[in-house]
Formats: sequence, C-alpha cells, structure tokens
Amino acid sequence: MELLENLRLGLETALRLENLLYCLIGVALGTAVGVLPGIGPTATIAMLLPITFNFEPVSALIMLAGIYYGAQYGGSTTAILINLPGETSAAVTAIDGHEMAKQGRAGPALATAALGSFFAGTVGTIVLVLFAPPLARVALSFGPPEYFSLVVLGLIASIALAHGSIVKALAMIVLGLLLGTVGQDIYTGTPRFTFGARELFGGINFVSVAVGVFGVAEILRNLEDEQTRTVMVKKVQNLWLTMKEFRSIIRPVLRGTALGSALGILPGLGHILAAFASYSVEKRVSKHPETFGHGAIEGVAGPESANNAAAQTSFIPLLTLGLPANPVMALMLGAIIIQGIAPGPNVIKDEPALFWGLIVSMWVGNLFLVLLNLPLIGIWVKMLTIPYRVLFPAIIAFAVIGSFSLGLNAYHVYAIAFFGILGYFLIKLGCEPAPLLLGFVLGPLLEEHLRRAMIISHGDPSVFVTRPISLTLLVLAVGALVITALPVIRQKREVVFKEDDGL
Amino acid sequence: MTATLQIRRALKDALAGSVFIGFGLFFALVSTTYDVGSPLNMGPGYFPLVLGGVLVLLAEAIVVKGFVAGDGEPIGPIPWRSAALIVAAIVFFGVTVRGLGLVPSLFIATLLTAFAGNRIGAISATVIAGGLMILCVLIFVVALQLRISLIGPWIPV
Repeated sequence: MELLENLRLGLETALRLENLLYCLIGVALGTAVGVLPGIGPTATIAMLLPITFNFEPVSALIMLAGIYYGAQYGGSTTAILINLPGETSAAVTAIDGHEMAKQGRAGPALATAALGSFFAGTVGTIVLVLFAPPLARVALSFGPPEYFSLVVLGLIASIALAHGSIVKALAMIVLGLLLGTVGQDIYTGTPRFTFGARELFGGINFVSVAVGVFGVAEILRNLEDEQTRTVMVKKVQNLWLTMKEFRSIIRPVLRGTALGSALGILPGLGHILAAFASYSVEKRVSKHPETFGHGAIEGVAGPESANNAAAQTSFIPLLTLGLPANPVMALMLGAIIIQGIAPGPNVIKDEPALFWGLIVSMWVGNLFLVLLNLPLIGIWVKMLTIPYRVLFPAIIAFAVIGSFSLGLNAYHVYAIAFFGILGYFLIKLGCEPAPLLLGFVLGPLLEEHLRRAMIISHGDPSVFVTRPISLTLLVLAVGALVITALPVIRQKREVVFKEDDGL
Repeated sequence: MTATLQIRRALKDALAGSVFIGFGLFFALVSTTYDVGSPLNMGPGYFPLVLGGVLVLLAEAIVVKGFVAGDGEPIGPIPWRSAALIVAAIVFFGVTVRGLGLVPSLFIATLLTAFAGNRIGAISATVIAGGLMILCVLIFVVALQLRISLIGPWIPV
C-alpha cells in the first residue's frame, strides 16, 4: 500500500524528537495568541517566520502550521470563558459556549470544544491524506496558462468570502499585485520601482507586509479606544461530559466536521464561514431550536468541529497547487519558497518527508492541543491578565527584530511602518487587508505564468480560453465574482460577517 | 439632498478611491519608463502598466459608488499620537540598529512604542521597555544566535 508507506514516512518524520518539540512549541504559541485578543495567527506567524529560516524546512512548517491550528483552539477558550473570541471563527462558539459558562457549565463546554476539535482535526487530516495526492496529480499536467487561470481563480475566490465592498476588495488585490512587482524583474533583471535603492532589488519582503497590515494596523485599531479587560474567571470544574451530553454532541460534531472539511478548501475565510454555516445547520435540524443562544451544547460542538476541520483542509490547495486559501496560507507559501522549495504539485513527489511529515504532525499537534487545553486551562486563563500596554510593545519589538534579521536589511523594517500605516487607513476606509496580502504573494507567480503563457501562445491571449482546464478555471472565477455580487448572497454575507471584526 | 450630506456619505469611499488612484497612477507612470514590450514578449513594464490602469478604473468605480450609495458611516477616531510614536519607533530602530547596536536601539524603540499606549507613566514604560529588551536579547541573541551586535560602533566603549 503506497498510502501506508507514505504515512509511515510521515510518522517517522513527525515523531522525530526535534519535530515533536517544534510541533509542541507551535501549538502552545498558537493557543497563546488564540487566547490573547489583539494578536492573531497571521501576525504571529509573520513575526516568527524569520526565526524559522535556519530550521530544517519540515520543522519550520510544522511549527508554523501548529501556530495556525493551535490558535483555533485557543480562540474558543476565551470565547467560552469570557465571551471574548480571540479568533474570528470562535465568535460563533461564544454565543452558546459563554451562555453555558454562565450557567456553570464551562467545563462541559470546553470539553465539547476540545473533543469536537480533536475529532474534526483527525478527520480533516485524513481528508488531506486522501485528496491531496490525486489533486496534485491533476495539477502536474498544468502548463503556464492553467497556472495563470488558477491564480486568478484563487484571487477572485478569496474575496467571495471577505466582507465589505467587492470593488474595494478587487482594488486591494490589484494593489497587492502591484506592490509585488517591486524589485528586479525575473526575466530581464531590470530593477522596478526601486529608485536606486539596492536594498529593494530583492523586492519588498512579505513578512514586512504581513506584519504591517495585520500586526501594526491591528495595534492602531486597538489603541483607538483602549479598554482594560476585566477577567472574572471562576475556577473551571468538571471537565467531562455526561453520557447524555456526549450523545447529544455526536451528530453535531459529525455534521460540523463534514461541513468544515468541504468549506476549508475554499479560498478565503472558509473556516469562519464553516463555523457560521454549522451553527445555522444545527439550529435548523434541532428539535429544540429555542435553546440556541441559551447554552445549547450543539451550538458549541458543531461550529467548533467545523472550524477545526476547515483549518486542516485549507492546507489542501496550498500543498497540492501552491495556492494559498487565506493569509496564513499565503505566509506558509512564502515560508516554503524561502526554504528553497518550489511550491506546487511536485512537493509531494520531491519532498515526500516534508509533505507527509507535515500532515502527520497536524494530527500529533491536535493530540497535544487536547492535552494542553483541558488539564492546563488555568494557565491560558491567566494569560488574559497580560495587559495590552505590555503586549503591543512586545509585538512591535518582535516585528522589528524579526524583519531586520531577514538579510539584516533596514528597508524590511521601514516597510513595516509603511504597510502598518497604509493598512490601518485602508482598513478604516472599509478595505480588508487579506486580499492585499494574497495579491502581494501571488503577484510574481501571476506575472511569470502570464508572460510564459503568452510566449508559448505567440502572443495570442485566446490560449487562456481554448485550453479546457484553463477555461474551466476562468469560468469558475467569473462565476465566483457574479455569485458574490448577487444581492441575495450579499445579504447573506452581511449576516455571516455581522459579528466579524476582521482578523 | 444637500452637497455637504452627499460629501459626508461619500467620504470614506472617496478617500479610499484617491489612495488607489494615487498608487495606480504612480505604478502606471513609472512603468512607462521601463521597457513595456508587446503581448508576445512582455517587458518589465507591461504587467505593472496594465495593473496600474486597472487599479485606477477600480478606484473610479469606488468613488462613483460612494457618491451613489456610500454607507456614510463616520471614519471614527484616529490615534494620531500613537501612530506617530509607533512609526517613529520602527524607523528609529531601522536607522540605528547597526550603529547603536541591538540593546540601546531596541530599548529606545520599545520605550517610544510603550508611550503610544494611553495613560502610561514614565516608570512603567521604562520597566516594559527594559523587560522586553532583556527578553528579546535572550530569545534572539542567546537562544537563536542572531548575528547582531549588542552594542554598536557608534557607542565608544
């Protein structure tokens, strides 16, 4: 069995002592930033990326991935205990989870979240194992036109789920693409938009862009009205479920896992959508929909499973096509490239230890998370007492040192300030930062494939619509755009993102 | 509807549009100084020129839409003082980290940042900056062996 052989290789890699350690560090950090409001996984991963450059590629990715899915766990903890979702996708969990906590059932709520997430994470990993290789095989036949269309589809689809104006999101993508052109042209070596600064020949660093628009901009937003958080957490007791509770969460967990696994693959904010979708499904199928909003355990089990399954399956497009589904995946893509690995369908074949090791490590990491979160819940709750006035200088300190360490280039530091201010004002003016980052990371790929495709076709642009796979991808992109613009869907998006306050 | 009301309604979109128009024009105009080439053999200027044009078009759509159907929500408070301090801190670090070295450069940068918080006293800001500096030296220099001098050549010892 090829699959078993692959899994064995994955286990071997993931269970190496140093990789276990990086995985543990990753999920612990992830839980911490998930718990802390004001700093999310995108900014954290961007800040810590420079540190991982000296690691082995597989260790670096294991740790960064751990931060991402660990944050999903941590976010639900604060959502339940203090009605403060650390992560956007946990906003749904807060509805019934915090209600349960107020009724003195915080223990069962946390246990439900952890068990549901663990189950969903396991299934998500299996989905990844089963679906990634065939998808990669399809992608192996892609030429430049197909890749161009694929990137277009990825960019368009990423805004279908973003909230706010579609035109603004499109403009953010194009601005990102343009900023991605700064630096030497890949074909001719001509320096573009560098104005003689040699430090810019290598381009603007994606770490600086991400830290700026997700880290600094977020700090400025929090400083608009700084509030002191009051933490009133009573001791959490009874971290276990009764048989009756256990029976009542089985179906929601299964449904949430299925929904999340499917929606996670979608580019954009699939894991957030998955949580909201799961909540409304549970409410609809429930015999007692009136209990939702008043501490229904199903309202915790479904969405928690959904967002965790989605966090796993959102790795599928990244690992098979080299196409990031969200800003975190865009950073992972950057990490893969910096490690000297060409992203895309060849990763499975050329770097089997990396591919399978990463996948197996996610399962291991999910196991760590259950252990970290249930018995050690008290530690995470204590973290909430860290005041923001200490937290944001720490973020800035890590950001500047991390980005400076990228080639000891001061321009990478200045870029943080530039993108922080630009990002902050654009967010204030109703523009979401995620499309900008995706455009920035994918810009060079888009240009390269466009130019190669046009050379192959002798300058005939019809190549994009005469090759069937490319045409299909473009039709899907147009379809995604049209559907997003339909009034009915727009209203639904508003509902979905009503409680969403950005990333 | 009066003109002022209309401007208020469109304010956010008009501002966002102008930012995008600025960037679009900048990239498009500078692109023309590079070899643009032809669709068959695109030069370095082709891709940014086309995208710059697209960005200007999108920006115009944003402005028009603002006047027709802007949401009219106020922009809200902007923490100018905090923004200025944080930018100053980041730029200071970039300029001085080689010359002053990590320890003084980071200490001053985090001190400036700490003052960006509201209602923070000098003592607690100093404590925060000092603590973070020690933490960062431990993490980046001791643990991760980042090649960066603690005290730079600008400081005579």
